[in-house]
Amino acid sequence: MKEWEVVIGIETHAQLSTQSKIFSGSSTAFGAAPNLQANAVDIALPGVLPVLNRVAVDCAIRFGLAVDAEIAARSVFARKNYFYPDLPKGYQISQYELPVVLGGELKIHVGDIEKTVHLTRAHLEEDAGKSLHEQSGHHFQGRSGIDLNRAGTPLLEIVTEPDMRSAAEAVAYARALHALLRWIGICDGNMQEGSFRCDANVSVRRVGQAQLGTRREIKNLNSFRFMQQAIEYEVQWQIATLEDGGCIEQATVLFDPGSGETRAMRTKEDAHDYRYFPDPDLLPLLIDRQWVEQIRTQMPELPTARRERLVAEYGLSPYDAKVLTASLELATYYEATVATAGRSNAKACANWVTVELAARLNKEDHEVGGSPVSARQLGELVARIADGTISTNIARKVFDALWNGDADSADEIIAKQGWHQITDHDALETLIDEVLAGNPGMVTEFRAGKEKAFNALVGQAMKATRGQANPQRVSDLLRKKLA
Amino acid sequence: MSLTLEQVHRVAHLARIEISDAEARSTLGHLNEIFTLIEEMQAVDTQGVEPMAHAQDVAQRLRPDRISETNPVEQRAAFQAIAPETEAGLYLVPKVIE
Repeated sequence: MKEWEVVIGIETHAQLSTQSKIFSGSSTAFGAAPNLQANAVDIALPGVLPVLNRVAVDCAIRFGLAVDAEIAARSVFARKNYFYPDLPKGYQISQYELPVVLGGELKIHVGDIEKTVHLTRAHLEEDAGKSLHEQSGHHFQGRSGIDLNRAGTPLLEIVTEPDMRSAAEAVAYARALHALLRWIGICDGNMQEGSFRCDANVSVRRVGQAQLGTRREIKNLNSFRFMQQAIEYEVQWQIATLEDGGCIEQATVLFDPGSGETRAMRTKEDAHDYRYFPDPDLLPLLIDRQWVEQIRTQMPELPTARRERLVAEYGLSPYDAKVLTASLELATYYEATVATAGRSNAKACANWVTVELAARLNKEDHEVGGSPVSARQLGELVARIADGTISTNIARKVFDALWNGDADSADEIIAKQGWHQITDHDALETLIDEVLAGNPGMVTEFRAGKEKAFNALVGQAMKATRGQANPQRVSDLLRKKLA
Repeated sequence: MSLTLEQVHRVAHLARIEISDAEARSTLGHLNEIFTLIEEMQAVDTQGVEPMAHAQDVAQRLRPDRISETNPVEQRAAFQAIAPETEAGLYLVPKVIE
């Protein structure tokens, strides 16, 4: 493997979160019955004209600002011509020579290494419809069924430079882009519904060779796991082919998750000839500085800036900061928790959010936005551990109770259950005297030098306090009494 | 510059227009006349002139992001009444599998 270098570029189609389509007033909601969201424009009846959706452009500007790209003051829509039954006009409206977003970059992390992936461009376009070959008992008399609900859905196609050097880097890029699009609120990122789809252009070359190898494009990767598997397989295949004296033919390939292999769909000879030209139905899109500045004021703090601030302001580790900025919702939840628990408990809040809360959300398949325990409730709980009212073990029980909606606040649950830690020194001493009196065997063993017996005594004492004593204080008291 | 007969067939194929050899030959003649016209235009010095994307020098108008359709069921029925074949709300076409 060492003498080969892998070169990968990625194209992503991100569905933009608009209510209506990019050039028509049809709904973009997912899952409607066939063709109920396809109006005269979408099905390309003669005489209709496309009119551009302002929010689709807002989304493109947001993206451009988020990746520090140039937002074109003037961009042009073009027709990409090809025939396919789910493309009723015979062309897709896209952008070609003058896209709306130029350049930009995205930082990715693979292990501890940070790398910058440069973007070539991002352009607005419409999605095509869907061809169905059979569905829920329908066989369409040996024909294909066409559903045009998806036709005209706004997409942002984001294209990178060939900057990635491994499947791991490609996946890290796709994940970072996915998180960013959701963070800035322009794409719901739902990969099952096709809201985020990637194509990977993969080639290999001898280390030191300046010229790029011939690439093959793996189409429609709709999960990060498939992307990893597909690229790894493709790289192995290309290297094996070249080492056997073969050559790579430029081709479009599909990944078959069943076999784990990629196979050619079409080669260069029958590659499409799209004959792009400016769409006469649409005028140039002009974006003035004022529009860009207005969008800039609505931008959330970006993930990288948020991560750096969490480290600087709350003293979190870069790792915790990274986990907590996986989504805007999680970062917001975390900071709201700290706002309640107090800045001095920021680290404890991070632990609760990333460990207890995350595990529970994951187990019960909730998004952080739908967490049964609110940030305020969790913040109050963390504060009660910090001020010594309850132990961490009891706190887990309180958390369960909050999760189940038993009460509105940690304080209420602690009071109702009588879960306060025993802070009364005399009461604790009495309890420990009873434990020592009740376990003479352990005491003898300890005095004979068996450290294990001491731990058993601590266990007995904690049991006697129903977990409501501070373990450190119990241990200290026991040692004093046994000395 | 002039076209070849092969190029005419290729363009016809891309446009999914069926033409006979005789039609291709006469089309070749017509297209080459148009190329002569284009050559004349290409003789004009356009250095420093920004290409226009549209014949009218105005900007694209934008619409608000609002759903305009109020009765999709009725609308679909009207569209599908003039479609050659439909089933279960889908338009039927000759089988396509890529």
